[in-house]
Amino acid sequence: MMRFMLLFSRQGKLRLQKWYTATAERDKKKMVRELMQIVLARKPKMCSFLEWRDLKIVYKRYASLYFCCAIEEQDNELITLEIIHRFVELLDKYFGSVCELDIIFNFEKAYFILDEFLMGGEIQDTSKKSVLKAIEQADLLQEEDESPRSVLEEMGLA
Amino acid sequence: MALKIVKGSIDRMFDKNLQDLVRGIRNHKEDEAKYISTCIDEIKQELKQDNIAVKANAVCKLTYLQMLGYDVSWAAFNIVEVMSSSKFTYKRIGYLAASQCFHESTDVIMLTTNQIRKDLSSPNQYDTGVALTGLSCFVTPDLARDLANDIMTLMSHTKPYIRKKAVLIMYKVFLKYPESLRPAFPRLKEKLEDPDPGVQSAAVNVICELARRNPKNYLSLAPLFFKLMTSSTNNWVLIKIIKLFGALTPLEPRLGKKLIEPLTNLIHSTSAMSLLYECVNTVIAGQYWESVGNLCVQKLRILIEDSDQNLKYLGLLAMSKILKTHPKSVQSHKDLILQCLDDKDESIRLRALDLLYGMVSKKNLMEIVKKLMLHVDKAEGTTYRDELLTKIIDICSQSNYQYITNFEWYISILVELTRLEGTRHGHLIASQMLDVAIRVKAIRAFAVAQMATLLDNAHLLTGNTQRNGICEVLYAAAWICGEFSEHLENPMQTLEAMLRPKVATLPGHIQAVYVQNAAKLFATVLKGEEGNTDGTAAQEASQLMIDRLPLFVQSANLEVQERASCILQLVKYIQKLQQKDVEVAEEVNALFAGELNPVAPKAQKKVPVPEGLDLDAWINEPPSESESEDEQPKAIFAKEEPKHSRPRHTEVDEKELARRREARKQEQANNPFYIKASPSSQKVYQEAPGVEHIPVVQIDLNVPLKVPGLPMSDQYVKMEEERRQKERAEKKKKEKKKRKEKRSGRGKKHDSAPESEEDITPAHMVDIVTEEMPENALPSDDDERDPTDPHKALDIDLDKPLADSEKLPVRSHRAAESQKSPTDGETENATLQEPKKKSSKEKREKKKDKERDRKVYDIQGNLQDGSQVVVSVIFENKCNSFLKSMEFNVLDSLNSKLQRPEGSGPHDGLVVPFQLPPGVSNEARFVFTVQSIVMPQKLKGTLTFIVKNEDDSTHEKLDFKLHFTCTSYLITTPCYSDAFAKLLESGDLKSSSIRLEGVNMPFHHLLARICFHHHFSVVERIDSCASMYSRSIQGHHVCLLVKTTVSIDAKCDEPTLLGNVLDEIKQTFSQC
Repeated sequence: MMRFMLLFSRQGKLRLQKWYTATAERDKKKMVRELMQIVLARKPKMCSFLEWRDLKIVYKRYASLYFCCAIEEQDNELITLEIIHRFVELLDKYFGSVCELDIIFNFEKAYFILDEFLMGGEIQDTSKKSVLKAIEQADLLQEEDESPRSVLEEMGLA
Repeated sequence: MALKIVKGSIDRMFDKNLQDLVRGIRNHKEDEAKYISTCIDEIKQELKQDNIAVKANAVCKLTYLQMLGYDVSWAAFNIVEVMSSSKFTYKRIGYLAASQCFHESTDVIMLTTNQIRKDLSSPNQYDTGVALTGLSCFVTPDLARDLANDIMTLMSHTKPYIRKKAVLIMYKVFLKYPESLRPAFPRLKEKLEDPDPGVQSAAVNVICELARRNPKNYLSLAPLFFKLMTSSTNNWVLIKIIKLFGALTPLEPRLGKKLIEPLTNLIHSTSAMSLLYECVNTVIAGQYWESVGNLCVQKLRILIEDSDQNLKYLGLLAMSKILKTHPKSVQSHKDLILQCLDDKDESIRLRALDLLYGMVSKKNLMEIVKKLMLHVDKAEGTTYRDELLTKIIDICSQSNYQYITNFEWYISILVELTRLEGTRHGHLIASQMLDVAIRVKAIRAFAVAQMATLLDNAHLLTGNTQRNGICEVLYAAAWICGEFSEHLENPMQTLEAMLRPKVATLPGHIQAVYVQNAAKLFATVLKGEEGNTDGTAAQEASQLMIDRLPLFVQSANLEVQERASCILQLVKYIQKLQQKDVEVAEEVNALFAGELNPVAPKAQKKVPVPEGLDLDAWINEPPSESESEDEQPKAIFAKEEPKHSRPRHTEVDEKELARRREARKQEQANNPFYIKASPSSQKVYQEAPGVEHIPVVQIDLNVPLKVPGLPMSDQYVKMEEERRQKERAEKKKKEKKKRKEKRSGRGKKHDSAPESEEDITPAHMVDIVTEEMPENALPSDDDERDPTDPHKALDIDLDKPLADSEKLPVRSHRAAESQKSPTDGETENATLQEPKKKSSKEKREKKKDKERDRKVYDIQGNLQDGSQVVVSVIFENKCNSFLKSMEFNVLDSLNSKLQRPEGSGPHDGLVVPFQLPPGVSNEARFVFTVQSIVMPQKLKGTLTFIVKNEDDSTHEKLDFKLHFTCTSYLITTPCYSDAFAKLLESGDLKSSSIRLEGVNMPFHHLLARICFHHHFSVVERIDSCASMYSRSIQGHHVCLLVKTTVSIDAKCDEPTLLGNVLDEIKQTFSQC
């Protein structure tokens, strides 16, 4: 089972964090800081895996963003790498060639996508199509909620 | 009203949205913290408004700030408000915020139960979806218990979208509320064959996670998974299934045989590396090695040869797993692993190094080390080179030098390592040299010769200040040459080398060893020359000492100075005696007589403390606190208890130091006996051994360093090979002879296979001196076990989430045994009552208040005697308000009734005779009458009370259930075996039996558990079975015969009661 997923920039700014096991806030901060240091210090040609505490870390860099997952001892590193890639593809499809800024300004959307893709540290759906469909449908629902009210309406003047 | 709306909306137009916030933070890089604190103030204002849109916006911003590391726990209640919005847009944001911010100790979680339940049953699947997603992040044991049933229903939802989420979240629910596993499992199993592939893979995921931790309970699913494995083409699912089989096969070897074929097919056919890797891992873990092992190693070889770093790394990782079980298979790929040492990725090189450590044998040690030495030479970067160096030493010294057949070779390796530039590990090399020279007696002559050469060429090691770390080896060299100087060919020459003026540039502790061992050498020289008539050599030696030692007498290092002046005086005295032709050698040698033996690292610990010696007693009265301490601000030292006051140099500030220095200089200038600083060259040596001040003769280091006369370790490799060949040839001859003698020809295989480990005999008989222990060492073995060993902590079974203590909202303890768990608050309470009631029984119901003011009630019951039982309830007020006028009421059933005071109606509640201030708990007892005890039952009840706040008070109520199990009517009653036998023979008892599936615990634990949870006592225990007895409050006898095969045969005069008790026992064990 995946324990957590982090997205952070080359400058060491956290962009997304998802914890699949209950962790105290203080420990989270400490772990994030420690892990960022380790991963950012690695050279580009190095492999994507490392052992850290009792976990295995799988990370991959896409442009300026590092995607970093912590998995358990028995988990499969390669499939985790695949999960990361799949997530990036989903972001890419959703935002249309995603960049770091998309994730910064629409961080809640990025979470929604992640939540449709993974749940409780396990993959929910192996089909990209169905994940995207679910997100679209939910977004549609959201727009329905928002659209009918103009500013004037909201002011009670219409 | 309209005005208010208008105002709210206008405000809203000027609110920051998330994008504004992000932009703002980016624009305030300088004063980010300040900017954010103003933002948080704004957010607080926004949260106070009634407009849900404003609130949702504020919560969304908070979620972002939470990610940046700001504490937003204060807004938890607002998050709940947004979660409960009817609009999906806001609900989504609320649940996202909750999933990011909530954790088990967030108290508002308990307010969400109803909201989540409502969302779970919403007609809109996306409402349900966000609720499930959110819940998966913050589910607590209480939420799990309250919602388990709702989620279970969702597993059969019409929409696969909901089904798959419900299936996945069930795993989290199981973890938090293990009781739900049994009721939910059949449905979960169904989902393995769900028509929707997403749901199916979710079910596989969950069961795989469960089985990994508790494989034995899932063996029965093997055929189903086998079918899935052979039919599925989804690699994600296949990986999970194969992992699952990896956990199952160790328990069921037959499974292994069945799996070989499909597994082999997959390994051959799949193009997905992740799947291949999973197969290989399963093969390594399982019973398939015989048939698939070689194939796996071949595949791993391909991985390692791949240009992809990730595959290479994983290949090496898998190899290291194989190494533990099948070292031979890995050893044949030594070439490949050695190649990886050249990889540009350091983590791969380190993996390869780790593998090498486990791969060495007597046979290949020299070869491997030779390769490593090559790498040392060309390695870039000191960290990696140092890593190599330590690995070489680790590899050679592992398990007490087990793999070294030729110590001459090892010594020369160590000497070669001293050529490493800039290593930090001079110390490590030195300690190896010392260790080998001391413990391997046969090698001493050789070692001494090598060390003498090192000393002679010391300038090569110390020439460059950069190479300072390595001069540590001179410490070892000097000591070895001195201590074992009888092996020296030319002690005089070494003596001379040790007394060169340049030695004074070495660090003090090394100089001290030089001086001391020069004296030893001197003694040896005297001894050697004793027989000679002319005696000039001996006198030359004395003169040399007298000439050179004054240099050390002037050393700034106390140790050096002290030793040097002692020895100088001694030598002067000896010289006088020599001039009178007195024979002194023997007496001088007596100074250094006796051998220093290696002492085991644990020896000191094992010295027994003499009787009557109290090591903790003060030798002197502890000095009282000095006055100067009183001047220190108290706060700093308040915490640490000063046990002994040490002079505080550190507290003197710079100014004070300068002042003192000045004063000292003055004093020195006026002191005629003080030797003033002079710029003489000798003075330079006197300065602290700070190397940078020392004039150093530069040596051109571009010339390849080769200490003259040193035999290269390579030579030894060659020699060793030749020696082994010879040995082999001889052995063959012998064998031939033997074979000729043994003509009977039993078809013994001709063993032409490469020699085995044992065949290699060491080059010379090496006796590795074992380390000494003190006499009458305490025979303690506990030093082998490290109390902080992480593996010990891992010794808890992995299904800890399913452990007893976490799982029981409805658990019954037998009060009398509560001493076993003194930490358990509830049972403690029950013990108090034990003396009063013979048949006490208690029960706990935990209820959580769903209302705003956060209360948790622990209710526990004690049932008693005949048709009457007493239930004692503990009320605990967990909110911040005062609770009063509590009324306890239970809906009576036909069978069980709450006893009310005379004159009150059958539905009246009983007044609880106390009030509860915040945080206080108290106990009240209620008497029930019970008619039949053969069936378990539940009674529903309510507690009404008034919550009193500062300004107002509200009337509230709390529903609960009291669960009366059949076990609770049993009383532990001792019974003698003859009475027990009679009872069984009487024929009055009806029998019944059960099997407990999947119970895997020691038999005595099993018995203890039955005793503890179900109030039985053991009558007799014979080998593999035990008889147990208990009696109900109405006098029914219950007899059990428990067998180690975990079956229970039972007899009782009331079959219904028996059936229920057995069901409850089964329930108890299904939870473990």
